Amino acid sequence: MSDLILTPNINGADDFYAELLAAHEGLDKAQSDALNARLVLVLANQIGDRAILTQAIQAAALKE
Amino acid sequence: MNKIFEVPLYAYERSPDQDASSPVRHKVIVIGAGPIGLAAAIDLAQQGIEVVVLDDNDKVSFGSRAVCYAKRPLEILDRLGCGQPMVDKGVEWNLGKVFFDDRQVYDFNLLPEGGHQRPAFINLQQYYFEEYLVNRVRELQEAGAPIEIRGRNKVEAIGTHPDHVKLEVETPEGSYTVEADWLIACDGAGSPVRSMLGLDFVGRVFEDNFLIADVIMDAGFPTERWFWFDPPFNRGQSALLHKQPDNVWRIDLQLGWDIDKEREKRPENVIPRLKAMLGEDVQFELEWVSIYTFQCRRMEKFRHGRVLFAGDAAHQVSPFGARGANSGLQDTDNLIWKLKLVMEGKAPESLLDSYDMERIHGADENILNSSRSTDFITPKSEMSRILRDAVLDLSEQYEFARPLVNSGRLSVPCTYDGSPLNSADALLDGPARTRPGSPCPDAPLDEGFLLPKLGDRFILLTIDADAPDLIEEDGIEVTRLALSVKDDPTLELKRRYLGDNDSAVYLIRPDQHVAARRPNYDENQFRHAIRRATGKE
Repeated sequence: MSDLILTPNINGADDFYAELLAAHEGLDKAQSDALNARLVLVLANQIGDRAILTQAIQAAALKE
Repeated sequence: MNKIFEVPLYAYERSPDQDASSPVRHKVIVIGAGPIGLAAAIDLAQQGIEVVVLDDNDKVSFGSRAVCYAKRPLEILDRLGCGQPMVDKGVEWNLGKVFFDDRQVYDFNLLPEGGHQRPAFINLQQYYFEEYLVNRVRELQEAGAPIEIRGRNKVEAIGTHPDHVKLEVETPEGSYTVEADWLIACDGAGSPVRSMLGLDFVGRVFEDNFLIADVIMDAGFPTERWFWFDPPFNRGQSALLHKQPDNVWRIDLQLGWDIDKEREKRPENVIPRLKAMLGEDVQFELEWVSIYTFQCRRMEKFRHGRVLFAGDAAHQVSPFGARGANSGLQDTDNLIWKLKLVMEGKAPESLLDSYDMERIHGADENILNSSRSTDFITPKSEMSRILRDAVLDLSEQYEFARPLVNSGRLSVPCTYDGSPLNSADALLDGPARTRPGSPCPDAPLDEGFLLPKLGDRFILLTIDADAPDLIEEDGIEVTRLALSVKDDPTLELKRRYLGDNDSAVYLIRPDQHVAARRPNYDENQFRHAIRRATGKE
């Protein structure tokens, strides 16, 4: 079983973050929340692995 | 208290130009005796070109202002004869801490790469930097170099002509007219030259104010960069603490947009803010307080005929990442050798257009990076803040989030990819960091370091390769520097310049950027490369 990656893994982190902010530009809060929700689901599908998704949910909850 | 920035360093003196019957024509006039103007003038004078610097003031910069100097600018200052005093006086730092709300979320070590003569960064008050530059001007003058600084000479009007520039200059003893073949405007973000010529300066205004305070204290804070996001002592805003020499600490407190600047600057309002940050019982003295707002913008072109803009006059960035003074020094480093060749008739005037192209590329890179830092530090929407705070919360437990934390991406020199002066890369699988357009990375040698051996002229660097000791191509002399990988027992020279190749030949410009590289010397190809690097192809 593989583990959730918790070390830096995004090439061009600043470019990614700028693109993420740009995607939210001009949206109101409700639209932004909806975009984030869709993004979470798209990324989850990309990951696919159920065990990794469980670890990701736990990591995001910041309960350790 | 008699601080260096309170003493006139280039007091007004009457110039013979003021009594001349017709306007005196100089080779180059630089407007502005700030760090960039002085660097430009020193570079010119070192190369024997006559230069006059005009400044409306007579003292170095008031307050610390630009405090962080990166390796590449220090290397440029070495070439100008001012690097050593900067490094001797400056404070080196590698450690930083990031705080969010009431806690430290992580700390970091910049872990600077070894095998360089100069450190990754030093902190130093701008007034020391300017003082060292003025000292260097005096040293050059004593050696007979054609350089002059005229204090309290304020340019009131500019006339541009195809082959010269005419200036009306106001002094304490009235005005006079003076001319120059070339004018370099280094008169800062508010550039009066730019306004007088009616030139544009467009970009993004950030609606924010920062209080900067230089505080003298014998505090036990370590020599580290501390950055706070949303701390209890400055709710909803940011704060920065950075050490400078002489027990002076630089503190930046974000204040937000709707404030009364004059009120916030008063000591009775500043001191309680600082006590909340430093602790009630810390003894300190205020040296300097200022409030700044900033913009990220640049001129559409840096060259306007015989007028060349450099430094903040040409481009302005937010302070996060120390990209102001650092990029200005890279401007003059790029400009002066080109101007010299054009003035000597050894290169076409169009070579100066590559200054525009290359340094606009640099300015855009700096504006992009500093805008992103600003967007992270000052989120401009609710979602932007939620994402920012999520990154900070995650960064406390997970290393992966730390590269996303952006309190300033520290200045690195730019590579002039796509510059018309570059020849196509002919060193197969050569290291990417030394591809044409790159600033030469330093490397340790048996005796000293690589960069001081490059100096400020065209160099043919051969590593385990044969080549003539001197090539002359249409007035341009190129001197060979012959090295072997054996000259560097640490093998950095090999790693940085050869990769898996057994040999390499580099054509290096006077500003120490790579113009061309090949595995071996090929006379025809290098003659083309020299022509290309001087705007002739």
